[in-house]
Amino acid sequence: MLQIEDLVVKIGDKTILDRINMEIPEGETHILFGPNGSGKTSLMMTIMGFSGYTVAGGRILFKGEDITHMPVHERARMGIGVSFQRPPTIAGLKTKDMVTLCSRGRELDIEELADRVNFTQFLDRDVNHNFSGGEIKRSELLQLMAQQPELVLLDEPESGVDLENIVLLGDIVNMLLERGVKCPRSLTPNPHRKRRTKSALVITHTGHILDYITADRGQVLHNGHLCCVKNAREILKWIREYGYEECVRCEIV
Amino acid sequence: MRDSVNKGKPGDLDLEKYKPVSGSHDYIEDLSRVGTNESQRWLNVGIDVSENNRAATFIQKDNSVVYSCAKTEGLEMMSIGDALKKHDWLEGYMWQLLSPDKDQFTSRSNQMPYNGYFIHSAPGAKITRPIQSCLYMAEEGSIQNIHNIIIAEEDSEMHIITGCASAHHGMSGLHLGVSEFYVKKGAVVHFTMIHDWGEKADVRPRTAVHVEEGGVIVSNYISLHPVGSLEMYPKTILDGEGAVARFNSILVATNDSWLDVGSRVLLNEPGTRAEIISRGITAGGTIIARGEMVGKVAGCKGHLECKGLILNEGLMHAIPELKGYVPGVDMSHEAAVGKIDQREIEYLMARGLDEDEAVSTIVRGFLSVNIEGLPPALAAEIDRAVTETQEDMM
Repeated sequence: MLQIEDLVVKIGDKTILDRINMEIPEGETHILFGPNGSGKTSLMMTIMGFSGYTVAGGRILFKGEDITHMPVHERARMGIGVSFQRPPTIAGLKTKDMVTLCSRGRELDIEELADRVNFTQFLDRDVNHNFSGGEIKRSELLQLMAQQPELVLLDEPESGVDLENIVLLGDIVNMLLERGVKCPRSLTPNPHRKRRTKSALVITHTGHILDYITADRGQVLHNGHLCCVKNAREILKWIREYGYEECVRCEIV
Repeated sequence: MRDSVNKGKPGDLDLEKYKPVSGSHDYIEDLSRVGTNESQRWLNVGIDVSENNRAATFIQKDNSVVYSCAKTEGLEMMSIGDALKKHDWLEGYMWQLLSPDKDQFTSRSNQMPYNGYFIHSAPGAKITRPIQSCLYMAEEGSIQNIHNIIIAEEDSEMHIITGCASAHHGMSGLHLGVSEFYVKKGAVVHFTMIHDWGEKADVRPRTAVHVEEGGVIVSNYISLHPVGSLEMYPKTILDGEGAVARFNSILVATNDSWLDVGSRVLLNEPGTRAEIISRGITAGGTIIARGEMVGKVAGCKGHLECKGLILNEGLMHAIPELKGYVPGVDMSHEAAVGKIDQREIEYLMARGLDEDEAVSTIVRGFLSVNIEGLPPALAAEIDRAVTETQEDMM
């Protein structure tokens, strides 16, 4: 689904990602661990094609196509979707209209979708205007539910979310990634449903999100270098036990 | 770089350039027989010739009142000339809030023959359907001279839509309008004005509003189309405890349009509140967005918000002013001028919108000030106009 080869990214003159290689096969969810400032968000912004992140080497392939220099909206239309950590407010654009824009003409019951993320009372508010951390998360996931991307990039989905809502949030992410045990009402769960096709890269600093979603693999980003690929829970145990510095040393030695 | 004082400076406008209106226009017996050209021009500024869901209609073409019809109890609407004949007390409301000596335009208005509307609600009358008035210029190079009076008696309520337009966009002319509004104790007046003049028209309305205890004036001003030069700076006096003024303006200056638009509110009593919100977009033209609040007593409260977007090189000049004279006034302002934030564009692009779609979505949001108390049809009309305008600008 997503393949990153020898990717070097600069902001201005400063190299922030150095020779990153990564592959997320179809249907898999990968966790990207890393301390603050390690380049996690930059990697996500580069995958999406945001300005300010200059690709100085390597390439990004999505569904086999080289998207390294493709405009943001074309990547979105190909099936990449992002949940941002700090999205901008767009004055005068109501959340429900934003959700409609995300659906790009697909039929949609916005009220029902919003009800699932417990967000109906926000539909008439300007998108992200005075939203709390948890509200931003729900708004972003609601937009992704309308957008239906095949590859979902989630930036710190658990940050700023209270305990009560993190369960709900985990359920939504699982639903979005076709990993949920809970199904939309009126549908009975079917363990033998069609092969899962949705993939994800989930960025986390604390790893708490792993208590709520399942993952196939984990990786650690440190100072712009990708330095560990393992089972996500195993990595998290190491990080919790020894901290990021120690975890990175293991890879170097 | 453009200099806001160089072009169309009001004091420099040469009145001799314009001639008085030469003839007069016939009265329209049946509005449904107005040609589609004219009725479309009127519809663009919110005037519906079918008079659907309207409490009253007044249309003045150049200086002739061509239609006037009030069909609602508790409401009077007629030409100011007829009103002065009918009510001898009305003279006492003329030139009370504005002085003929204010500037060359008011002085000219005072000397020349004029017309205009008189709108009067009876005490306690709640007129929920909008009252529409259209001021229309058709004679090339002439001066339209108007004196309007609105009186909302105690505890009455009115929604007024005034649409001002010229017969076609290439027409030159000068619109002079003196307007004096009286909002009495506990009365509520919603006043929405939509302008569509054209590249060569010069427009100089002069307006003052007097609000008594517990009265409310909500004024919305919308100018989305090119205009040669326009200057208006209505003054509102909140003269009774708890009186409220809210002013919204939505301005677009394309090409060489020159708009100097603001609102001034005097908060003279405790508990008075004022809010001035202005949104301006320059796409090659000049906007001077003024706002002034003067707080003279403790316990008054005001907020002024002025936001400008620059899409093409022009001038966006925000001048918010606050004057507080005593401790206990509570006034604030917020002004921002700039381009569209790239982060907002890319945020929308990440949802699949291309760059043009993203920009027009942001512009539409920027202009969609939530105008309270607007009839749904008019709100839809404004939304449509905004959409068309932003398509023209792109």
